[in-house]
Amino acid sequence: MDIVLSAKDINKHFFDPIDNHVLKDVSLQINRGEFVSIMGKSGCGKSTLLYILSTMDTNYEGNVELHHQNLRGLKNTELAAIRNKRIGFVFQFHYLLPEFSVLDNVMLPALRLGEKDKDEIEHDAMEKLKMLDISETAKKLATRISGGQKQRVAIARSLINDPDIIMGDEPTGNLDSKNSDVVFDIFRNISSGKKQSILVVTHDLDFAKRTDRIIEMADGRIIH
Amino acid sequence: MPPGVLLKIARTHLLARKRQTAIASLGVTFGIGTFVILVSFMTGLNGLLDGLILNRTPHIRIYNEIKPSETQPIQNSEKYKNSLHVIHSIKPKQSKISIYNNQPLIAALKKDPRVKGITPVVGARVFYVSGAIQLNGNLFGVDVQEQTRLFNFGDYITKGKSENLANNENGIIIGAGVAKKLSLNLNDYVQVISTTGQKMRLKIVAFFQSGLADIDNMQSYVNIKTSQRIQGMPRDFITDIHVKLWDINHAVGMAAEIRNKFQLNAVDIIAANAQFETGTKIRNMITYAVSITLLIVAGFGIYNILNMLIFQKMNDIAILKATGFSGKDVRRIFLYQAMMIGIIGGIIGLIIGYTGSVAISKSPFETEALPTIHYFPVNFDPKFYVIGTVFAMLTTFFAGLMPARKASKVDPVEILRGQ
Ligand SMILES: Nc1ncnc2c1ncn2[C@@H]1O[C@H](COP(=O)(O)OP(=O)(O)O)[C@@H](O)[C@H]1O
Ligand SMILES: [Mg+2]
Repeated sequence: MDIVLSAKDINKHFFDPIDNHVLKDVSLQINRGEFVSIMGKSGCGKSTLLYILSTMDTNYEGNVELHHQNLRGLKNTELAAIRNKRIGFVFQFHYLLPEFSVLDNVMLPALRLGEKDKDEIEHDAMEKLKMLDISETAKKLATRISGGQKQRVAIARSLINDPDIIMGDEPTGNLDSKNSDVVFDIFRNISSGKKQSILVVTHDLDFAKRTDRIIEMADGRIIH
Repeated sequence: MPPGVLLKIARTHLLARKRQTAIASLGVTFGIGTFVILVSFMTGLNGLLDGLILNRTPHIRIYNEIKPSETQPIQNSEKYKNSLHVIHSIKPKQSKISIYNNQPLIAALKKDPRVKGITPVVGARVFYVSGAIQLNGNLFGVDVQEQTRLFNFGDYITKGKSENLANNENGIIIGAGVAKKLSLNLNDYVQVISTTGQKMRLKIVAFFQSGLADIDNMQSYVNIKTSQRIQGMPRDFITDIHVKLWDINHAVGMAAEIRNKFQLNAVDIIAANAQFETGTKIRNMITYAVSITLLIVAGFGIYNILNMLIFQKMNDIAILKATGFSGKDVRRIFLYQAMMIGIIGGIIGLIIGYTGSVAISKSPFETEALPTIHYFPVNFDPKFYVIGTVFAMLTTFFAGLMPARKASKVDPVEILRGQ
């Protein structure tokens, strides 16, 4: 099995206001093309774990390896480059840039990467939007579309640089069941290409049950 | 990574808040505009005053002075060395004295590479007579073409033409004050009487007005020969030599050289106009101090607006960072915004500065003291526009630096979690 992401003995404390041991000896591995969900009660440390795995939080004990590359000791700019190229992130509250068009929102990470020219990137972005069935919104301002559409735009954006892994922090938490199903199907399609892995935090048991594997957390530990 | 994407983000942020951007730019516009107008006007004024004194004044004036005799004739006698000297204050003969043997001096000066040109001058004390009125004054015999080339003589001709004097040994360019007192007009004749009693009838070919009443009420110009003739002096009689240098800074050194080598008096322009430089310096200082103050105020405006923008854009910064933009990228986005504000404000400022300067240069400015000046003097040196641009860029850059650094340090986790 090709391991895309592995975490070993992750421990995380918050010291404000008092010492709060949020993650306790968390270890996990995600394989290439695997669709994994994380479940657990609110406050058990799921988001915190995801921020560490996505390189945004560097203040932890233990080791995270992405493609067998240890993230510890990398400079901020190097971590940013890894996030840009290898990781896609989808948040609960869609988080689009409000002053840019839908198309621009999708294109920006690829423009940052700078591996392709603008026309190619625009073409790719349109392809992703078509795949997610929202190509007609491309020229609209990101604030002028519905919640379900926004989340699909965010997914399109997370896919634009063909990352190894897409992480989602309750990406369907704000969507009705119909839109949740749409998002699930999109993730399923992506992972069934067997190239990209998906790691999604969710409270929705129906959603989780249909993924390849459920990681269950309680009180800062993986219990299942 | 191409900077295009960072510029695009910076531009989009600014375009989304046109009013704030406009206000921030306006600060820069005001600073740069004021700077350009102030500095153009001030240096224009300096140039005018320079013209008034420095351009028309010889850089070095060489003359032979009548000094009180240092040694009395009796002191030369061995016989009365230890006796009481009864006749002990023999004074020099009172007259304008020539620079004797001036040909080698003139030749040496003409050969000197520092010298732009020289004009010999023959001064004479005279009376102007017209009808019953008499007036005493000074007559200067000059080479009017050289005088025009070296000392902008033409600028002070208010009536007639200075060239008319060139080949006219019976012509005179008369001081405007003299003409007024004697109620003389162009082409009238004036009688001139020298201290030795010689008389000449001279035709007025032009009026000159320097703006200094003392000069205009006394002085007139004639040909060198005319001045020599009226004093009954030979052709090598020269009272002054006026020297114009290429570089005014050589004046002091050269004047000293001439004093030592030729035993003549040589006064340099810097010694003669010491207070002048000081005025110029102070005017420049005021100009730059006012402009820099305005730009600093503009800088605070930019600083404020960027801080506000960053506060509003916390979410955007977090998203950009989450999707792979580094802290450095974010810092550059906000620096670009500061610079864009600076460029927009700066360009408009330059345009306003130029327009204002043009308006000032077209405003009438008539003064008795400056007969040939009709509008306010303005210096349109492109240098000031370059300095203004550099100022604007520097101010906005430094104003943007701190907010931009703050933006680069935003922790995306903190923002994303906050929702
Ligand atoms: N910045 C912070 N400072 C202190 N405690 C924090 C901070 N962020 C999260 N926590 C605490 O860490 C724990 C885990 O939070 P989180 O990972 O958001 O849980 P989940 O996503 O599973 O709901 C909670 O008890 C929360 O109060
Ligand atoms: Mg959470």
